[in-house]
Amino acid sequence: MTLDQLEKGQICHVTGFAPDSEDLVIKLREIGFAESDEVELMHRGPLGANPLCFRLNRTLIALRSDEARAIEVETSQ
Amino acid sequence: MSRLRLALVGAPNSGKSTLFNGLTGGLAKVANYSGVTVETRTGRLQTPGGTEIDLIDLPGIYGLKARSADERIAIELLCNGRDDEPAPDGILVLIDAAHLRTHLHTVLQMRAIGRPMIVVLNMIDLAERDGLKIDVDRLRNELGVPVVTSRATRAAGRADLLACLDAETANWPARNAAAENTVCTTDIDLTALQREARGIANRAILFEPAMNRLTRQVDNFVLHPLAGPIILSALLFFMFQAVYSWSGPFMDGIEAGAAALGDLTGRLLPAGWLHDLIVDGIIAGVGSVVVFLPQIVILFLFILALEASGYMARAAVLMDELMLRVGLNGRAFIPLLSSFACAIPGIMSARTIDNERDRLTTIMVAPLMTCSARLPVYTLIIGAFIPPDAVGPFNLQGIVMFGLYLTGVVSAVTVAFVLKRTVTKGTNQVLIMELPTYKLPNPRDFFLSLWGHISAFLRRAGTIILTTSIILWFLASYPGSATSLRDSYAGMIGSVLEKILAPIGFNLEIAIALVPGMAAREVAVGALGTVYAIQGGEENVEGLAAALQGAWSLPTALAFLAWYVFAPQCFATLATTRRETNSWAWTGFMFSYLMALAYIAAGATYHIASWAGL
Repeated sequence: MTLDQLEKGQICHVTGFAPDSEDLVIKLREIGFAESDEVELMHRGPLGANPLCFRLNRTLIALRSDEARAIEVETSQ
Repeated sequence: MSRLRLALVGAPNSGKSTLFNGLTGGLAKVANYSGVTVETRTGRLQTPGGTEIDLIDLPGIYGLKARSADERIAIELLCNGRDDEPAPDGILVLIDAAHLRTHLHTVLQMRAIGRPMIVVLNMIDLAERDGLKIDVDRLRNELGVPVVTSRATRAAGRADLLACLDAETANWPARNAAAENTVCTTDIDLTALQREARGIANRAILFEPAMNRLTRQVDNFVLHPLAGPIILSALLFFMFQAVYSWSGPFMDGIEAGAAALGDLTGRLLPAGWLHDLIVDGIIAGVGSVVVFLPQIVILFLFILALEASGYMARAAVLMDELMLRVGLNGRAFIPLLSSFACAIPGIMSARTIDNERDRLTTIMVAPLMTCSARLPVYTLIIGAFIPPDAVGPFNLQGIVMFGLYLTGVVSAVTVAFVLKRTVTKGTNQVLIMELPTYKLPNPRDFFLSLWGHISAFLRRAGTIILTTSIILWFLASYPGSATSLRDSYAGMIGSVLEKILAPIGFNLEIAIALVPGMAAREVAVGALGTVYAIQGGEENVEGLAAALQGAWSLPTALAFLAWYVFAPQCFATLATTRRETNSWAWTGFMFSYLMALAYIAAGATYHIASWAGL
């Protein structure tokens, strides 16, 4: 699944990035997203929509769902 | 030995400017969000061991693949030097210890440049308070470069770094040798570097607690989908009410002081032109602006507190969806919110927006945000013409003030909407923004930056407003044979403008005050003070507000307020726009569209108010 499909409070790990959006992936990697990192959806934007606030390790990062869709994840059991 | 050039680099909001200020005694602006520093700044320091260092503070970067204007500045300087600034001899890489795992790859990217470097684990006290345990020796061995911990806000917290600088810089190769092997390509393999960084983090981080609890708890309210926007609006509304109502007693005090000073000077000096110049020109002109100092102080107290606490980035998140509808993004909200203080830093911080068209749009609408220089104008007119009636728990004057701010915001949003669909069309940029951990502001930084704003305001009153008051006094008082303002030099100039401004309800005095008012908005208040002081002669003891009540109709006063929501009466803003856009066309466009809006808004207000019988 991709990161934008996460429910609030659900924890997952990054498994990879969308192959077709290179520029976006560079930006996501530079701010810190990397394979095997732990990510949790902490907050949704006003009225439950965009932007989404994720906890990446111990860091809080805001993305829109378009950006979150470029991150492939696997939920932890 | 020549001075050592040392660059401060690191992720945005890792505390580079705080460390810079601490080491050099500088006054760089610091706040708790990403992208506060958009320019390079150099300061000097001497280590305890006697090494002379030029320290260069750079905009924050996560890596070497530059995108936005501020990031490109940092990377260019780091790799090859810029214009007259040579590349640095060495690099201090700052990293927020609390986010070591997420940000460690930035250190590896900097290491790839191949310059001597020292890694500084900053804000170690906060990370340790959270319970994070880092094996610094292990990190040093794994990275193969010196690593020190620091607490940039305290002298004691910087001691290790200074000692390390003394020990390390002695062994650094000479500048030429270092400059030759720069590998500033974007060719680095980010994936591999990240894998390496995560491996090092796994071995060097002994214990990693959950995310900062306070931040998590506060955000549950502040970023709540429903409560969040309500808190944001309440906060802004409270801020403007406070600016208006808390400042009252202080302003009365300053006003009484200015009146007493004028009175005293009036009695000490013999009647004559010098007496008139000092009492009517200088004291009336400068005094009518200095009165607004308490409001400026309260406004900046709020804005600085929002910036330093970490709330600013949350506000940007909450506004993102709305900004997206307009065609901008949440990132643009920070430059626009700082424009409430002054459009100039707002326009400059638009550099953090990496999409050029979004940056231009943001610059174009920044002057519509109500800057602090409009406060004197608004307060003067509202105080003179709007009764302080209670409306529920609020005060009518405060509501009108809030309405003026709101008009500015709504206009900015509308103009941005139109621009994005016409002249600055293009794809929307993405939103990727780190939200800082909440922090208590450092008192020293907080009050120094408050003082910076206060002294800038007073300096303007002492220079530009003083000068224009004197010049205006001469122009309005001569030729000596003139019996009325209309026959003076100022009156002759004003009469020309009056023809254009009469249809929107402006009189000769306003036309005269708007000319020096082009320099800066609050200058118009000083100019009105001088003009009405000369006209009022000896009877003018009630102050400027009373003089205006007698001379202006309510529709004229309202039209004047509407004019100031839009009018680009600030040379410095236009000059900054010219520099940041590098285009006379865009600067001219900004000036013309704002002037046109000001004229239309003032005219419409005047005629509607007259028609309504106000």
